[in-house]
Amino acid sequence: MTAPLLTTRDLSVTFSDGNGGLHALGAVSFSVLPREFVCVLGPSGSGKSTLLRALAGLLRPSSGTLDFNGLDSPPRIGFVFQQATLMPWRSVLENILLPLELQNLNPAAAHAKAQEMAELVGLQGFENSLPRDLSGGMLQRVALARALIHDPDLLLLDEPFGSLDALTRERMWMELSRLWLARQTTVLMVTHSISEALFLADRVLVLSARPGKIKLDLPVDLPRPRDDDMRYTEPFGRLARQLKAAIE
Amino acid sequence: MEPTLSRLSENLNPKSPKPPATGWILPVVGLFALLSWDLFTRYGNIPAFIFPAPLQVIERFSRSLLDGSLLRHSAVTLLEVVMGLLVGTSLAVAMGYLIAKSRLFERILSPFLVASQAVPIVAIAPLLVIWFGPGIFSKVLICALIVFFPVLVNTVVGLRAVPRALNELMRSLRASCWQTLTLLEIPAALPVFLGGLRIGATLSVIGAVVGEFVGADRGLGFLINIGRGQFDTALVFVAVFTLVALALSLYGLVILLEQHLLAWQETHP
Ligand SMILES: Nc1ncnc2c1ncn2[C@@H]1O[C@H](COP(=O)(O)OP(=O)(O)O)[C@@H](O)[C@H]1O
Ligand SMILES: [Mg+2]
Repeated sequence: MTAPLLTTRDLSVTFSDGNGGLHALGAVSFSVLPREFVCVLGPSGSGKSTLLRALAGLLRPSSGTLDFNGLDSPPRIGFVFQQATLMPWRSVLENILLPLELQNLNPAAAHAKAQEMAELVGLQGFENSLPRDLSGGMLQRVALARALIHDPDLLLLDEPFGSLDALTRERMWMELSRLWLARQTTVLMVTHSISEALFLADRVLVLSARPGKIKLDLPVDLPRPRDDDMRYTEPFGRLARQLKAAIE
Repeated sequence: MEPTLSRLSENLNPKSPKPPATGWILPVVGLFALLSWDLFTRYGNIPAFIFPAPLQVIERFSRSLLDGSLLRHSAVTLLEVVMGLLVGTSLAVAMGYLIAKSRLFERILSPFLVASQAVPIVAIAPLLVIWFGPGIFSKVLICALIVFFPVLVNTVVGLRAVPRALNELMRSLRASCWQTLTLLEIPAALPVFLGGLRIGATLSVIGAVVGEFVGADRGLGFLINIGRGQFDTALVFVAVFTLVALALSLYGLVILLEQHLLAWQETHP
């Protein structure tokens, strides 16, 4: 059995709000293996984004622990937000290479790597476009390329495809599973959609309503590569029913 | 803008009809105004020391241009304006950054800043001239004071408008304070900041003239005073027009800067 990349123990977050504090995330304990794809499902307001932000070091947990086992330095994080948060004054390529620029990599190498990433996510020909000239799906591709370019230890995705239309969204699922396989990244992804979770994940965590606690930790043993037809199979239906029951 | 980009945006935007050409309006209106002015002074029987005719102003203009006095005085005013703009903007940006970043600084400084705005600069200009003499220094100070507040406010508003999500992105990538400042905060605050600078540039001209009115032996404001004292109203006109040209040039310079730095914004084609 491989050692987990990440372990949380009774992780909980309380926001101060004047009257006793808002308990956003209940004590959650789970671990994520290296190269695992974990999806987090849960009703809105159950603390899914809060969990991701705590893992990214954007906020300090109120109690509990959070360990990146086996990493001797702080983890490199790739974060994709629900809205593509791109810098509107930077071109596609300049947005993608931002993490490398922050690591002070030399510009030529950064450009070459960003070019490679742009091609990997299917943005060739748009390297010099500005974000305002791109569609929603393309913007999320830029955000995805930016989140992956510095080979993060952990890729955090917060409902990244929530604002896309159904067709684009399903195309992005294919792209994401291809990227995940190619880059051998560990992924923790928040989603609202049961099909999305079953399409992508090795494991699905279901959070309860606020304060979010882990209600179900469901391994998804569907064969890969997964395609459209899979959703009409019996195992898919069984898993989907299980998740549905846990969410309600 | 790059050709590929404009092509792309053309493809994405539905064809918009070309706006009608408006370039002819300004010269025509200008010519009309000049003509009315000329007729007004010619047939209105108005003495030149009250309202000089266009030709008299032009004649006065070329005279003061030829003897070098116009350039000399303009140079002094320009120096005051630009120095004041630089000093006022630097102080405003430094203080604006502190205020935008720290609640404590905001609490401490805000009352003073708001109160300082209640003091009319015209009223304390004489004090500054008394304290710092009739030379350039007191004018630079007045310009800096008048420029300070609008640039400060716009700096704070601009920095506060930095999208929270982009800030979190930078933090998740472990960007240093300096990297966050140069790669995120400055570019994000630039549009609002430049709006403040645009206001500051024109206000600075006003500051210099106010200072020169109060007490100076050089500058365009001084020239206006001289003209008034000697009933040389044509000279007053020359100085006023020169001031307008100066303010417009500065304003235009900031606009050029905006177009260059904010080319990524849709409003700046
Ligand atoms: N910075 C914050 N300050 C105070 N309350 C917050 C903050 N962020 C989130 N919350 C609250 O915490 C709860 C969980 O939020 P969130 O993690 O965004 O839920 P989810 O992503 O599952 O919809 C919500 O009730 C939300 O209002
Ligand atoms: Mg959320």
